[in-house]
Amino acid sequence: MRQQPCNPSHFMKEYFFQDNMGKPMDRVDGRLKVTGSAKYSAEFELPNMSHGVLVGSTITKGRIKSIDTKAAERAPGVLAVLHYQNSPKVPGYVQAAHPTEPKPIGQPHRVFYDEQVYFNDQPIAIVVADTLERARYAARLVKAQYEEEKHATSFPKHQGKAFLPTAAQRNPKHGLNDYVRGKADAYKGENLKIESEYVIPSEMHNPMELQSIIAHWEAPDRLTVYDKTQAVIGSQNAFAREWKIPVENVKVIATFVGGAFGNGLHTWPHETAAIIAAKKVNRPVKLMLTREQMFTMVGYRPFAWQKVGMSATPDGKITAITHEAIGQTSSYEEFTESTLQQTRMMYTSPNVTTRYRILPLDVSTPIWMRGPGEATGAFALESAMDEMAHVLKMDPLEFRLKNHTDRDPERDRPWSTKFLKEAMLMGAEKIGWNKRQLQPGSLRNGDWLVGYGMGVGTFGAHRNRASAKATMFADGRVVIQSATTDIGPGTGTVMVQIAADALGISPDKIIFELGSSLFPPAPSQGGSATVASVGSAVRDACIALKKKLASLTTGNADSGFRNVKYEDLTFQNGQISLTSSPGTKLSYTDVLKQQKLPEIEVTEESRPSNEERQKYSMYSFSVHFAEVQVHQLTGQVKVTKVVTCADAGKIVNKKTAGNQMIGGAVGGIGMALTEGAVIDDRFGRYVTKDFAEYHIPVHADTPDIDVVFVDKPDFINNAMGTKGIGEIAIIGVAPAITNAIFNATGKRINELPVTPDKLI
Amino acid sequence: MIPFQYVKPSKQKAAIDTVAKDDTAMFIAGGTNLVDLMKRGIMNPEKLVDINKLPLRKIEKEDGHVRIGALALNGAVAEDKLILEKHPLLSQALNAGASAQLRNMATVGGNIMQRTRCNYFYDTNLPCNKREPGSGCGALQGFNRMHAIFGHSDKCIAVNPSDMNVALVALDAVVLVSGPKGDRRIPFAEFHRLPGDTPQIHTNLQKGELITAVDIPEHPYTKHVNYLKVRDRTSYAFALVSVAAALDLDGSNIKSARLAMGGVAHKPWRLQEAEQFLAGKPATEASFRQAAEIAMRGAKAFEHNQFKLKLGPNTIVQALKNAAAAV
Ligand SMILES: Cc1cc2nc3c(=O)[nH]c(=O)nc-3n(C[C@H](O)[C@H](O)[C@H](O)COP(=O)(O)OP(=O)(O)OC[C@H]3O[C@@H](n4cnc5c(N)ncnc54)[C@H](O)[C@@H]3O)c2cc1C
Repeated sequence: MRQQPCNPSHFMKEYFFQDNMGKPMDRVDGRLKVTGSAKYSAEFELPNMSHGVLVGSTITKGRIKSIDTKAAERAPGVLAVLHYQNSPKVPGYVQAAHPTEPKPIGQPHRVFYDEQVYFNDQPIAIVVADTLERARYAARLVKAQYEEEKHATSFPKHQGKAFLPTAAQRNPKHGLNDYVRGKADAYKGENLKIESEYVIPSEMHNPMELQSIIAHWEAPDRLTVYDKTQAVIGSQNAFAREWKIPVENVKVIATFVGGAFGNGLHTWPHETAAIIAAKKVNRPVKLMLTREQMFTMVGYRPFAWQKVGMSATPDGKITAITHEAIGQTSSYEEFTESTLQQTRMMYTSPNVTTRYRILPLDVSTPIWMRGPGEATGAFALESAMDEMAHVLKMDPLEFRLKNHTDRDPERDRPWSTKFLKEAMLMGAEKIGWNKRQLQPGSLRNGDWLVGYGMGVGTFGAHRNRASAKATMFADGRVVIQSATTDIGPGTGTVMVQIAADALGISPDKIIFELGSSLFPPAPSQGGSATVASVGSAVRDACIALKKKLASLTTGNADSGFRNVKYEDLTFQNGQISLTSSPGTKLSYTDVLKQQKLPEIEVTEESRPSNEERQKYSMYSFSVHFAEVQVHQLTGQVKVTKVVTCADAGKIVNKKTAGNQMIGGAVGGIGMALTEGAVIDDRFGRYVTKDFAEYHIPVHADTPDIDVVFVDKPDFINNAMGTKGIGEIAIIGVAPAITNAIFNATGKRINELPVTPDKLI
Repeated sequence: MIPFQYVKPSKQKAAIDTVAKDDTAMFIAGGTNLVDLMKRGIMNPEKLVDINKLPLRKIEKEDGHVRIGALALNGAVAEDKLILEKHPLLSQALNAGASAQLRNMATVGGNIMQRTRCNYFYDTNLPCNKREPGSGCGALQGFNRMHAIFGHSDKCIAVNPSDMNVALVALDAVVLVSGPKGDRRIPFAEFHRLPGDTPQIHTNLQKGELITAVDIPEHPYTKHVNYLKVRDRTSYAFALVSVAAALDLDGSNIKSARLAMGGVAHKPWRLQEAEQFLAGKPATEASFRQAAEIAMRGAKAFEHNQFKLKLGPNTIVQALKNAAAAV
């Protein structure tokens, strides 16, 4: 395979000085985390703190007729009970659209705005008290009367009402429009074909850390929040807009985030509720959602129905794919995701049709959840690939290799890099794919049927504008700051590695600070783009720092470097030396001392060159292999081995990246076998809303997971050669498992999760 | 949670009297069930009588039985040498429940008394006759995947969630209780109730009665036993269906058998007809299958738990196979 179309020589010098990049360095905050000294949002203490607890609606749709807060107000310690009638007005709430206007595409729920109820457990009041216990007690005393309307919460019942998202209706060029390559629905006229439907229930992110916020008005127009968010700058802007105050008057702190998986990428009603309450009681308000509220008051992966039709030639060339999807959204916001993207670009098929629709229901708005869209889409596409291979009596790996494409068939461009084939072969070897039998039900281990399956994943290798500030102190310490967050992947650690190599100093001299809106802006931690975006900014800031050091040196008559060009200098081990005569050297600290400078600092913004990127299609790729055993009588499924492989560019840290891959595989096991939130449609209420009823896999459900990295840099994406990992870690895992179940049992279960009852 | 008083008496009589006299008082042992229920407003005691100071923690061999104190921890019982030797079925059942952390807090008395996990019982905004008599059974026409197939009524189709109880009913255990009117012994099979018209009453324990111990009489089921629990995840989930199977074998023939199921009824479900069928039969899959069919007689499922009609007998067969093969 030919790769590397661009000449990366101008990056090479920086790239190959790699003392730290690629090393499995321990997490810089590992000790803080395991000793409990890492502080999460709700763990901050402010003087005069008060506590807020939200009261949720007990109906699903309708109006609040009256709300009785007397008992709550009289309860001990209660400072305020706020709801739509008495809440301080949020000046930035957009007025309701005129009834004849098209529905806005994004109108986040406006908490305490009016008497309307849009979903069950919608926050309708907040009780603020001096202690959490008192607030919680008083919250139970708030009673609302409703005028109930008929609600719609059952996806299957209302599926026929799905429509093309408004954004696509308005703009024929919008990516969510129907896509046809070649002939539409061409599979229908073919002989060798499959056609299947797939259903994925709503899945909850359920990170360990509950969503929480401390809201503190330091002055009537100055707001500080300690907030669980993946986007300190995004939240800062959102709150500034809501309260019509200057952006710089809003400070958002998210020093540590205990997992998020996407549900910190949006601002939610509880955040505004806490800010409203803090305004009213004129004290800081701490609010932490309960686990049950995590099912309704923040987003989730939407319920989705899909259908795939596929045809192929007898020798295994795909001739056509049609992939249709409907995703659930709320009645007040059109949430969409790129469920069908990979179907357009993954395989060679000359005929591809995709159709995406959304179905608004009386539920809260979904949000991106790890592998958003693609994880849902890959379940259908990769299951269909397995079904097609079975019809063709072909090994599914061979079938995928046969339809592998070295060029993006959607945009007709080369890939920046693609080593998916290599990843497939490495993974197949590692799982022992040759043990797989073509005929389902052929392998057994006592009463257990054994099977093997695979699934492929992909996600755009995004990179966004980001900035970082680097300060070098006279004692040699370097502090780098950027307003990114670390929701668990190890961002702080890899930034230190990137900086250490870029600066030529030891990582223990570097501190990377994140999670504050006071730092130079960076995008949200989402879409697997942090290393490419923020890493580039960190690297650029470090290079700027070196240039500054160089200019201080080369302008100095005594330094021995007078009039030497930056290009002729080497920066290593904390020293500048002449590349041509390494004996001539000066430590960074001496440079500062000579100049009597306590510190030097630079701030750099780094942005991708769009022109360059337009020439290529940039994706990360993954392939996952699973070995499962299924009990013949009881339907129990044991995942006995998982091999998860990524073509994700240069791997900066095998340990933290491996951690991402393992976490994604576990998430995929959950998606395939255990997770699914159930609504009782009669009430519109979730009936599985704690960890006893909503099953996240436990250790006993997860086998040893082998991680394989192709580890080949993509210099077109960025100078470090990285591509994202977070999403591809889960995309394609669920079908690998369900395909393995098919191989074991001959049973194809296309409605997740595959619980034992479906296999007996 | 509502404000409540908390007392921790060191005398059994004081504990019993407090609960007997005060309608709003309840015993608390490990608290792993009761505190959750209080947090959700499902149970609202105004006084908690913590019984952990009472000397009810011992596991002892006595004449003809092993006596397990009501405060013995689930984890401690599961690992106890005497239990492993004499009642391995109980040990297996306990280890199939909850998580290690919970088992290290949960007591035998509390486990016997734990309430159902029915989704409707757990949400004070949904109907449930057990929580709020007369409000209706939410599960009957609702999400009833986890629910009963035996002994239910149109008032309630909830199941008893305990694993331990399934083993104890199979082993003919006896619950020792002490109350304001004195002591009594309740055979395990008579301890829990079927819902009938009063699903709010889930056991035959009277107000103020304290469980002090459980006796397990001697029996020959020390080797060929198996507790098999089928659930939605491998650990830390309640049973879809579970089976406690115990065989006394003479070579490849069954001298006698014990069989009970969990996750299928409002009480641990003993399968005596199937046991009687197995006595004297060869320990073969064919016998097990026939026993399983007998066991399932009278089962009636609902919209989402139809699978239990098949999973039930399959699990019985597999548990018996495992028991027969146990070494
Ligand atoms: C997440 C989770 C998962 C679980 N999974 C399982 C499982 O898979 N299988 C399973 O079997 N169980 C499971 N359990 C339930 C667990 O076994 C029970 O919570 C536990 O056994 C209760 O014991 P306790 O001592 O904590 O009882 P408590 O919570 O203290 O009390 C429970 C009830 O018993 C009463 N009580 C306690 N002691 C006495 C006594 N001596 N006499 C009279 N009344 C008494 C109390 O008044 C209260 O009504 C799970 C629990 C949780 C929280």
